[in-house]
Parts: sequence; C-alpha cells; structure tokens
Amino acid sequence: MHPVLKLLVQRISLGLLLLFAASILIFVGTQILPGDVAQNILGQGATPETLANLRAELGLNDPPLTRYLNWLFAAMQGDLGTALTNGQDIATSMGKRLGNTLFLAVCAAIIAVPLAIVLGLIAVRYQGRWPDRVISGVTLATVSVPEFLLGYIAIFVLSVQFRVFPSLSTVYDGMPFLDRMNAIALPAIVLVLVVLGHMMRMTRAAILNVMQSAYVETAELKGLRKFTIIARHALPNAVAPVVNVVMLNLAYLVVGVVVVEVVFVYPGMGQYLVDHVSKRDVPVVQACGLVFAAVYIGLNLVADIVSILSNPRLRHPK
Amino acid sequence: MSDVLLEVKDLKIEATAYPPGEPPQDITIVEGVSFAVDKGKVLGLIGESGAGKSTIGLSAMAYGRGGVRITGGEVMVNGRDILQIGSAGLRGLRGKEVTYVAQSAAAAFNPAKKLMEQVIEATLHHKLMTKEEAEARAISLFDQLGLPKPETIGNRYPHQVSGGQLQRVMTAMALCPKPDLVIFDEPTTALDVTTQIDVLAAIKKAIRDTGVSALYITHDLAVVAQIADDIMVLQSGQMVEYGTTDHIINSPTEEYTQALVSVRSVKHVEQTSGAPVLSVNGITARYKGTKFDVLKDVTVDLPEGQTLAIVGESGSGKSTLARVITGLLPPSDGEILFDGRTLAPDFEKRTRDDLREIQMIYQMADTAMNPRQTIGTIIGRPLEFYFGLRGAEKRKRVQELLDDIEMGEGFIDRYPAELSGGQKQRVCIARALAAKPRMIICDEVTSALDPLVAAGILKLLLNLQKRENVAYLFITHDLATVRAIADSIAVMYQGRVVRYGNKTEVLSPPFDDYTDLLLSSVPEMELGWLERTIANRKMEAAGN
Repeated sequence: MHPVLKLLVQRISLGLLLLFAASILIFVGTQILPGDVAQNILGQGATPETLANLRAELGLNDPPLTRYLNWLFAAMQGDLGTALTNGQDIATSMGKRLGNTLFLAVCAAIIAVPLAIVLGLIAVRYQGRWPDRVISGVTLATVSVPEFLLGYIAIFVLSVQFRVFPSLSTVYDGMPFLDRMNAIALPAIVLVLVVLGHMMRMTRAAILNVMQSAYVETAELKGLRKFTIIARHALPNAVAPVVNVVMLNLAYLVVGVVVVEVVFVYPGMGQYLVDHVSKRDVPVVQACGLVFAAVYIGLNLVADIVSILSNPRLRHPK
Repeated sequence: MSDVLLEVKDLKIEATAYPPGEPPQDITIVEGVSFAVDKGKVLGLIGESGAGKSTIGLSAMAYGRGGVRITGGEVMVNGRDILQIGSAGLRGLRGKEVTYVAQSAAAAFNPAKKLMEQVIEATLHHKLMTKEEAEARAISLFDQLGLPKPETIGNRYPHQVSGGQLQRVMTAMALCPKPDLVIFDEPTTALDVTTQIDVLAAIKKAIRDTGVSALYITHDLAVVAQIADDIMVLQSGQMVEYGTTDHIINSPTEEYTQALVSVRSVKHVEQTSGAPVLSVNGITARYKGTKFDVLKDVTVDLPEGQTLAIVGESGSGKSTLARVITGLLPPSDGEILFDGRTLAPDFEKRTRDDLREIQMIYQMADTAMNPRQTIGTIIGRPLEFYFGLRGAEKRKRVQELLDDIEMGEGFIDRYPAELSGGQKQRVCIARALAAKPRMIICDEVTSALDPLVAAGILKLLLNLQKRENVAYLFITHDLATVRAIADSIAVMYQGRVVRYGNKTEVLSPPFDDYTDLLLSSVPEMELGWLERTIANRKMEAAGN
C-alpha cells in the first residue's frame, strides 16, 4: 500500500475513534447535569404519577448504557431525536441553524484566510520594518480584545455612528442574497478580526522559520525577488503549520461563535445551544455537542491530511 | 580588452558581534584581500574554518551571509564594481553572470520542488532561454556530469537522489544559465571519498567543457590542487600566500602554507605483536524494528596498547560496531571478549569496572560535553564515579590530566563554549583518560577538525598511547589518518570486514576491488593526480 494511503486510512480511523470518544463524553456530561428533565417539562403542575409516566415515556428509567447505545445508533442513522421543550424534530430545526452558522463562517473564512496569509507574507517581506510592525500590532490588538467588546465597538461605529450596517442580524428563509450579506456584515467583520491575528502571526512565524533554510539562500543567489522567494520557495514548505492553524480557526468559526451570535441576535447554532441549555433540553444539547465535535474533528482531520499531502517525502517515496 | 573576469581589490568585510552583557561590536572578518580571476581560469581559496573563504567567495556576488557586510574595497565583475550597482543590479548579476554551488546540496535544494524546476529557475527568471531550451540544456548538463538517466532525473525530488548525485545536479543548476563565474563552496566536503573523486572529475570536466571561470573553496589542499590554476591561502581573513598551484604545492614560501602542505606528516611505526585486549567474535547486529543486518559476522582483534583502525564509507557499519562493543546495541549473534572473558552484551549488565575499561571519544566534541559544566566538572566526573575522588584530590588529578593534554593552567574553571574545537576534543580525550581505561574507541575524532589541529590531536593520541599503554579502536573514513596512526586495519564495506590485517599488509597490493577503490580515491597532493587516477580506472575497466 502506498505510504500516504496508509497514513490517511490511519488518520481517518483515528478521527472516527475520537468522535466516538467525544460522543461518550457528551452523553456522560449531560447525564451528570443537575436537575430532572421530566420535572422541568412538567413544571409546577407535576404530580408523582405524571412524572413517572413521562419518565417511562422518555425512557429515562432504562439503564444509562442502553440509553447511550439507543441514542448513538439513532444519531448514526441521522435521527437526533426530538426536542423535549417543543417536540420538534431536532435534525430539522438544527439543520436551518447549522446552515446559518456555516454561511456566516464561510463568509468570514473567505475573507480572513487569504487576508491572513497575504498579511503574513507582507510581514515577512518587510520583517522588522514598519509594515510588519503595523500588521503585527493591529492583529495582536484585535486578538486581545474580547469578541463581545469588538462586537459592541463594531455596532457603535458602523451602525450607530455611520449607519452602514444593521446591528441586528435577522435572517429568514428566502431572503435575497445581498440582503443576507448586509445582515451578517457586522458579525462577519467581528469574526474576521478575531481569527485574523492568530492565523497571520502563525503564517509569519512559519515562513520566517523556513526563511532560515539554505535553499532560501540558494534562491536569493539566483537573483530572485524577495517576494518571489517567499511565495515560491518558503510558503510551500510552511503549508503544514499554516493549514493547521487555519483549520483550528475555521473550527472556531463554527463552534466558538456563541458569543458573537448572541451579541448580534443571529439565529445560528450558538444561539440554539444557549437557548436549550438554559431550558435543560438534553437531547438538543447532546445533538449540538455531537455536531460541534464532528465539525471540530473533521476540520482538524482535513488539516492533518493536507499536512501529509504537502510533504514531498511522503508523496513521492524513494 | 583584458581577460580579467573578476577582480577583487583590498576587500574588507565586517560583521557585528553581540558579546553577552556588552554593547555590540563591529569585528573585521576579512581585510586587505586582493585577487583576480581570468576568463576560463579556476582560483582555489584555501584555509581552515574561520579563515573567511566562504565569505570572500560570496563577495563575488556581493552577498553577505547573516549579518556580514562588505565595508570596503572593490569587487569588479566584467569591468564594473558590483558593490555600487544596488539591489536591482545585484539581482541581475546573481544567477546570471555569477552562480553558486553550496557545500550541502541536500540543504540547498527546496524539498518541495522537483529538481528540473529548480535547475532552470534562474535561467528562466533572467529570460536567458525559453523553457524548452533551458530543459534541453539541463539534460545535456546532467549527461555531461555523469548523472544516471539524465532525461528523467529532473522529474525527481531532492530526497529521491543520493548526496553525490545531488551535488552534481547542483553543479548543473549553477552552469545552466551559462554564467561567467561559478563559486564552488566546498562542493565535495560532505561526500564519501569514493564519491568525491567522481564528483570532482565531473566538476573539472564541466568547467573545462563550458570554459567558465570558477572560485573553488575548500579546506583540502589535495583537492584544490587537482582543479585550480591558482591558489590563494587564507588565514584569519587575511591572505597568506597567493600563486600558481604548482608554486603553492611544490615550493611554498610561507611557513603556514608549508605546514598545510606537510600536514599529513604524523608518523607512527607499526607494531605487530601483542596479546589482544579486545576480541570481536562473529558479531552480527541489527537495529530494533529493522530487518536488515548492519553488521555481518564481524571478527577483529585489538592488541594491547596498539591501534586498530576501522575504515569505510558512511553506512558501512563502523559506528554500529562501536555501539556493539560499548554495549549500547546488543548483537543478535557473536560475542565480545575483553581480556579473554566475555562481556555482557548489554551495558546495563556490565560491572562498573568493565565500563571503566572501555571509554569513548566522539566526533562532535561540542555535543559530547554538557555546556553548563566547567572543564573541571567534566573531567572530574569519571574520577568521582570510578575512583571516588573528591575535593582537592580530584582537582589535583584533573590538573594533571589537563597537563597531559597540553592545556595547562587556567582551563579548569572555564566552560566548553570558551574553548576552540581542538581544545574541546582534547578535553574529551582527558575525560576518557581519567577513567584509566585499557582501550578507547575514537569515533571520527578528527573529522570535524581543521587539518593542522587534527594533526596535533593525532600526535597527542600517539604520545598518550606510548605512555599509558592504552589501545585505540580508531573509526574513520580518512585514509590519511589511518596511515598516520594505525597498527592494524579493518576495511568495512556494507557491514562486512572485507580486508583485515596489519597496516603494511592491508595497504600493500594485491588489493581486493573495494580497498583498491577506496585507496585510489584519496586525493594526493600532487598535480595531475585526478587525471591519472581516472585514466587508470578507465584502462582497467577496458582491460576487464
């Protein structure tokens, strides 16, 4: 078997194993949450009989292992269960939310990733001079400011002072594309600012590391321009660390946007999760946890695979 | 119109040093160096490490490595001073008029790109040829340089070809844009001696065929004698002697040059009799998790107070043998006898006295010492460990050992970083001697040192052997060192001992094929050696 194929199979199986482990953690985590779901649903009007009936109906009396396996097999078939609070099918209602979150994440990523890499390249090109310092300083500042504060600053400047974008990111089905873009402009900008610094600084560091290599000197002695050397000779050898940090940030865009969604009242996964945690709607929390884990593991898997494929020693063995 | 291609006048090169706790200082690396290279000629730059050879070589491209700056003088290439043409002008010069061949081709090629792309990059960048023309030229250069499958080798990645081949590809890369001048910076130093001769012959032929001028930088006078028309000898950034190759090799006037020429003059009269202190009996060994025997049925004896040299190229199993003897790698078959009794295969099962009897000295003295310990602590450690010496007694013995290695007062409280390469290796010798061993394994102990320093170390080792009656197992790829120091020799090739006996026997004909190849590949310090050797080999090949 080609060594790359072997490595890929290995990585993917590891990813699946990890996802399985995550599902156990999620299940156990939601089980040890204090409180009783049946009590929560029935509220004040609960009688011991109705409580017992509901528990039996929800399967809460089964042993935990049975409940876990039932949940896991159902989830594997795409059935995430029904929400306790409103009785809706979770997969359907979450699908829309997930779509919104992914749309926002993709928009932010399309801007942030190329921008971060180009800024990283520029910072290396002018290392230690003013463009480098300005880029490093600004991105460090945006990373350091808490994201909710960035959100409020963006609202203050762009929707209160200059009235460019709306401060509430309301979206609905069948909304025209441009309107939708307009609605998510502010959260997208905030997300770009949040992830930009990390990716840019990592790109800069990875390329600077490669710039010490003898083959960069060779390229310089061929009379190439500095920017050509960085883009053609240094960047391909810095792919692995850069892709890793990019994927970490993309995962963050999907999984970590809770605060930003709440600030802009954007109907995404974060909002959905927060709502149902406060209502103790365990099946929804479990489903969200599983989807988040899958996204996180999936993106990191992609990073691993790209790193493996970017290594010529693995791609072209002797 | 003159024939001068490169003319360097009164070159001065400086760098900034940052001594800890002091303000930065400008230090002069090269001063007052002048030379000229005519069209089609080769100038050899020779000197020990730190002499400024590479720095001077790179000045022909107005390039300073690290923080190095050219601060004075003129560098005229094709009649213009390249120190005055600005960075855009330099980009037009580099890779077009002047090209560079680095010491380690393995590091100088971008691992992520195919060889062909890199070989023709400069040619395309300077718009000297079309892509098809450049590729055709590269292929014909691969062919000229004797690379296998010249048509397709360019489709490979750097890690897919051997070190010697990569060095030739790098030469092709330098020649591809049809430059006026090529700087060869120790192009064969990292290669095995049997590979070096092929690469050397290929480079020489390519220089002759293309009529290019060259600066050839090396520390090995015997190598440069084969290839250069003129030689400049450098020491500490200054010119010592500059003349034709014939003059430098055969009638040098300066004392330093004379020392360099006669560096291989350490003499040792071979001893033949003596009971073995160490016997290696039928050792076969492999590394854990591999299916390949690195050593195959190795049997050699080391007589008391004598030197057995283990010779071979990289990968022949020399160092693995040392690991087996010291117990770091238990063999899969065979045994090690010390003084007639069998040693435990694993060092953890050996007695402290067994451990004391066999000491080691390594190639890189730098990494073999803890940089945070003083010399006194480093040498004192075996005294404490094996003999329980403490305090003033230990200090007195350390001082004696320092006297033995001719380092005297004032070193005991210093740190390794404050010592030169040769001094560090001496400290390692003292540390090995401190255990009063019966034998010392010397693993390439002079390979990282400059020739003059290495000669000093060899002399020291021989003197200590006479006085302490210690036996050496001397691992090396350098046959000159072997001639200087050995009593008996074992030639290793692919894990086997292919020739074994006392020195005169091993070094006298009739030879087996491998020993013949090895011996005849060592450059000799005389003009025309390379051509004679290559011609001999061709004749033999034709005769067969």
